Amino acid sequence: MFQGFFAIVYKETRHIVRDPRSLFLMLVIPSIELTIFGFAVNLDIKNIKTGLLNQDKRVESRNLVDQFVNSGYFDIVEIFNNEEEMATAMRRGIVRVGIHIPPYYTDRVLKNEHVDIQILIDGSDSTVAMQALNVSNAIGLRASIKMLSKTKSLPSQFPIDMRPRVLFNPDMRTANFMIPGLCGVILQVVIMLLTSFAIVREKEQRTLEQLVVTPVSRFGLMLGKLVPFLGVGICETASVLFLMRFLFQVPIAGSVLLLAFFAGIFLFTTLGMGLLVSTFAQNQIQALQISFLILLPSFLLSGFMFPQETMPKVIYWFGQMVPATYFIRILRGIILRNAGFWDLWHNGAILGAMGIIILFVASFRFHKTIG
Amino acid sequence: MSLNILQVENNHIFKQVHAPVIQVNELTRKFGSYTAVDRVSLVVRERDIFGFLGPNGSGKTTLIRMLCGILRPTSGEAKVMGYDVVYESEEVKKSIGYMSQQFSLYSDLTVLENINFYARIYGIPRRQRKERIDEVINIVEIKPYLNQLSGSLSGGWKQRLALACALVHNPKLLFLDEPTAGIDPVARRDLWNLLFDLSARGTTFFVTTHYMDEAERCSHLGYIYFSKLIAYGSPEELKKMPQVMPEGYVRYELRIDRLTEAMRELLKMPFVKDATMFSDVIHIHIQQGSEEELQHSIAKKGFFVESLRLVPPTLEDVFVTLTRSFGK
Repeated sequence: MFQGFFAIVYKETRHIVRDPRSLFLMLVIPSIELTIFGFAVNLDIKNIKTGLLNQDKRVESRNLVDQFVNSGYFDIVEIFNNEEEMATAMRRGIVRVGIHIPPYYTDRVLKNEHVDIQILIDGSDSTVAMQALNVSNAIGLRASIKMLSKTKSLPSQFPIDMRPRVLFNPDMRTANFMIPGLCGVILQVVIMLLTSFAIVREKEQRTLEQLVVTPVSRFGLMLGKLVPFLGVGICETASVLFLMRFLFQVPIAGSVLLLAFFAGIFLFTTLGMGLLVSTFAQNQIQALQISFLILLPSFLLSGFMFPQETMPKVIYWFGQMVPATYFIRILRGIILRNAGFWDLWHNGAILGAMGIIILFVASFRFHKTIG
Repeated sequence: MSLNILQVENNHIFKQVHAPVIQVNELTRKFGSYTAVDRVSLVVRERDIFGFLGPNGSGKTTLIRMLCGILRPTSGEAKVMGYDVVYESEEVKKSIGYMSQQFSLYSDLTVLENINFYARIYGIPRRQRKERIDEVINIVEIKPYLNQLSGSLSGGWKQRLALACALVHNPKLLFLDEPTAGIDPVARRDLWNLLFDLSARGTTFFVTTHYMDEAERCSHLGYIYFSKLIAYGSPEELKKMPQVMPEGYVRYELRIDRLTEAMRELLKMPFVKDATMFSDVIHIHIQQGSEEELQHSIAKKGFFVESLRLVPPTLEDVFVTLTRSFGK
């Protein structure tokens, strides 16, 4: 009944030992990935990037700001001089929360009078928004109780009133936040895989051998392979965004044309990645394995699922090396925050620069492998 | 280095002197410390069917890859269709056709689409393309299968399609790397007849093969062994080589019972220089005039001789002998 069991075990063990690349993928990669992603997977949001517009600047107002900072949830990264500056920084995604303390704050507090603090919250990331909302309310409550404990009369309302205003995604719909990011991640994975498969298949089926003895130029071959996939990528992007808008009802606040422009840069970078993967892989299975190495960071480190602010610095920089990071920022910027070209151009520039470097390295390696 | 010396040396080999299309001089390729092709020199002339033979791993494919301009030689030089394989590799590629060992066309494209693709890759102008495609379709007679996916063709038809693709730009020189490996005998014969047709029309062939009957059909042969070209000439010339047919020796075909035992005994006899076993016969090399002694010795050992006849050496004899003597 168990005839041949040990023979098969022996043979299978040999297979595994003979193939060090797969062994490496099996043993080392999971540990590395768990370590990196373990730090990234964190929904307990701290250090939310916060901007401050303090029109009071006296001791009482500074005490209030300290309470925000000491809570550990807010990290003051920008100081604004006026409301326009704050609005721009919110739209660009530089800060997620804006605290606006009015000039009369200290006066009112000293007189035990009611005062409003405006808290602007970027609703495009619903997890961050919810956290910011809860914590700022709690801070307001505590400050009010502290004041009330000094007075004898009980006022009809809390003296320090946090007035949160959720911008961009006022209903804090999770779909509005997740689906644009999902579009970015899906597009990256699918286009990269398709491109690398198409090239690796020529190696696998040995058709490249016949092709290299023809006078086809290296560039003709490479660009000729990429252009049809650029077409496929454009159609895919359009259909994914169409579904996002009409099936999932995510409104596009900004310019569709601008979105198309940045998507073009993203496609260019992604095709380059596909080409790069194909120069490392000898067959489609290897291409798939290598793509998985890029797939997980795209999901976990790009800010698609978990806010990048919470990640430890090293992990954060890993995230900055994933093209999807920048495209997701662009998508959320245009779709949710109505960001314009000048709000997002640096993301596009980094994406484009990455694309050029990747394509350069890929074409260099490609030339060597087909020669 | 001058190619002239080589030509002078080999002039006696070629009776009808056509213009050379491949000139190889001391061509060497090393992979690290391993030498895959070791100082090979040869000339292939117009209309030759040059058969290139040798065991697997002896350097056949490496040499072809260098001649096609896709692998740089470590040293030495080669001219193909008058172009240097290193400095004018693009010109070389334009003027030759190449058919590889395994089927390496697109199996998810139809026969016509594959031919059309290669016509475009070779840059045949649009106006001539249609005409040229029709021509190669007629040459390889693949018309009934034009709209079939090439992956679904049988081995023989796949090779015909590959030949059509290699011929589409009308090259005067074709490299065929084991074109008949793995196809059935009838398809093999048909393919060779096709090659003869093309040869008669002026195409030159550089063919690698393991089949001796195919080697017999070639006008010239080269035999590469352990990276070195150890025999080179027409089949007749090779059979007359002194190492194969030493002065004073004759070759007999011996039909005998208990072949393996007989073989062992024969090799012990002093007048037998060499013996090679085939499926049901033994070829022996014996000193001229020792026939009687041979029959006598065999009878004494109790073997039954069915027949004994004088035979010219076959190509297989040639290569077996050469391989052995090279080993010593």
